[in-house]
Amino acid sequence: MKYETQKVALPFFAVAMALFALQICFGLMAATVYVMPEFLSEAMPFHIMRMSHTNLLLVWLLIGFFGATYYLLPEEAETDLHSPTMAYIQLAIFAGAGAAALIGYQFGIHGGRHYLEQPVYVKILLTISFLMFLYNNTRTVMKGRRTSVSIVLLLGLWLAAIFWMFAFYEPDNLAQDKLWWWWIVHVWVEGVWELIMASILAYLLIKMTGVDREIIEKWLYVIVGLVLFSGLLGTGHHYYWLGTPGYWQPIGNIFSSMEVIPFFAMVMFAFYMFWKGSREHPNKAAMLWTLGCAVVSFFGAGVWGFMHTLSWINYYTHGTQITAAHGHLAFFGAYAMLNMAIITYAMPQIRRIQPYNQIMNMWSFWIMVGGMCFMTFTLTFAGVVQTHMQRVLGEDFMTVQGQLDLFFIMRLGSGSVVALGVILFLIAVFGPAREQLPAHVKGSGGNGSSQ
Amino acid sequence: MSEGLTRNAARNIFYGGSTIFFLIFAGLTIHTHIYMSTTSTNSEELDEAVIAGKEVWEEHSCINCHTIMGEGAYFGPELSNVWHRYGGRENPEAARAGIKGWMKAQPIEAPGRRQMPQFNLNEQELDHLVDFFKWVDGIDTHDWPPHKSG
Repeated sequence: MKYETQKVALPFFAVAMALFALQICFGLMAATVYVMPEFLSEAMPFHIMRMSHTNLLLVWLLIGFFGATYYLLPEEAETDLHSPTMAYIQLAIFAGAGAAALIGYQFGIHGGRHYLEQPVYVKILLTISFLMFLYNNTRTVMKGRRTSVSIVLLLGLWLAAIFWMFAFYEPDNLAQDKLWWWWIVHVWVEGVWELIMASILAYLLIKMTGVDREIIEKWLYVIVGLVLFSGLLGTGHHYYWLGTPGYWQPIGNIFSSMEVIPFFAMVMFAFYMFWKGSREHPNKAAMLWTLGCAVVSFFGAGVWGFMHTLSWINYYTHGTQITAAHGHLAFFGAYAMLNMAIITYAMPQIRRIQPYNQIMNMWSFWIMVGGMCFMTFTLTFAGVVQTHMQRVLGEDFMTVQGQLDLFFIMRLGSGSVVALGVILFLIAVFGPAREQLPAHVKGSGGNGSSQ
Repeated sequence: MSEGLTRNAARNIFYGGSTIFFLIFAGLTIHTHIYMSTTSTNSEELDEAVIAGKEVWEEHSCINCHTIMGEGAYFGPELSNVWHRYGGRENPEAARAGIKGWMKAQPIEAPGRRQMPQFNLNEQELDHLVDFFKWVDGIDTHDWPPHKSG
């Protein structure tokens, strides 16, 4: 860590991880309802659990991206952050608004558009906070060095804020409501958020592999180009059955199939740089999360997305547990793991100690990834059975759900494993740093944490 | 990666290409918006009652258990064709009574069955909600879902 103001990232990472833990709690509760339907059915109905689960995800991922930006931008721009005070105020507004929304949900105060359930005043506060964040970081970059990493990162964040404006537009016509709703949801997660992802991965690879910046930044532009060339028109795969013209079917088929390519390019990119790199970076856990993020997002977003993206397949699978399987592994692989990669990389530097608790951190990686993969497999099998019974044979929804109990039990089990991984990760990152020194150094009174 | 491609060339391709694809995407979306108004949905039947029904739908966040046109949570059944499932296309009065009766009967405390909360909607809200379902059933979705069961 070269600049004192990079420390601003610490409270962002801490809040993001606390909300991540809370998100997992709501997820476990909702998974429990699938197994024991009477669970909390009076106190907290399923819809409240689910909106809490999904909203916490979006809020913590964004706070994590903010933290990552505050951490890496000063180093890229080679200057201190424009205003740390503004950053803290911005975090307080964002986290406060998110908390107000979450508490309101428990009392039935919410909107009814998927993922955008926040009351209008919360949306306005989130927007103000987001704009403060953008202003602060744009000023930082403007006064310092402009690298491709920081330009692409800021571009992704600015575009995320711009497309968020569609959250305020809600047509009365349900078909049009959904048409523009995807301008936020799809364009975020299969478009501009991938710019954020690719630039943060590029930063991590530059730092950890020692490969020449020129090469990594060229890859970065190729990847984000592939993202938007495929991803914008790839929105077509959500426009098959919404009262849309038929031309979205060929467009969606062709372009959304190509959405796999940038994810595959990110895997190639990460591993190519890793093998090419001459540097043996001591933070092995951060390298594991970085490579893991590229791989799991390729499978979760790329492969599992491709599986049901073609219109003649999607006709049968649309809105089944197949979608749930894809959604879980895609968000986890691309964005949750990205946050854990940058946090694992940055925390030793923020705490000014050598990389610590690496074994525990790597255990948390394998436990979390293992749990998420198993969850994805069980939901995929559930989805295949559901698709066949309900969409091919035409059986009743509740009858079919009754046949899926075993999968839902295994999903709850795998969710518990994920929760264990999260706890280990939190302890590894925020807990006391164990000294990792040879015995003879310890014996002579050496202090590992002062290096 | 071809050695011939420089970073600046890659950057220019990114900006130029993205702009073109965005413009195509925006143009098609606007066309689709107009198509929905004129062709695929019944704009003239989108009256106050249907809009009020959409508000009931949103106020209680039905989408966080159910799907509508395949989007939402996968905990409860698909509702874009619930009007059709209750026979509304043939016998609208019976379908209306059936859907309202179902809403009023919640929660059905059958052991081991997923519970739907009682939302205590009044007659007018129930009617608006049914009007909304009836209107949604008229959207041309290219014959999705494949079966009446949703």
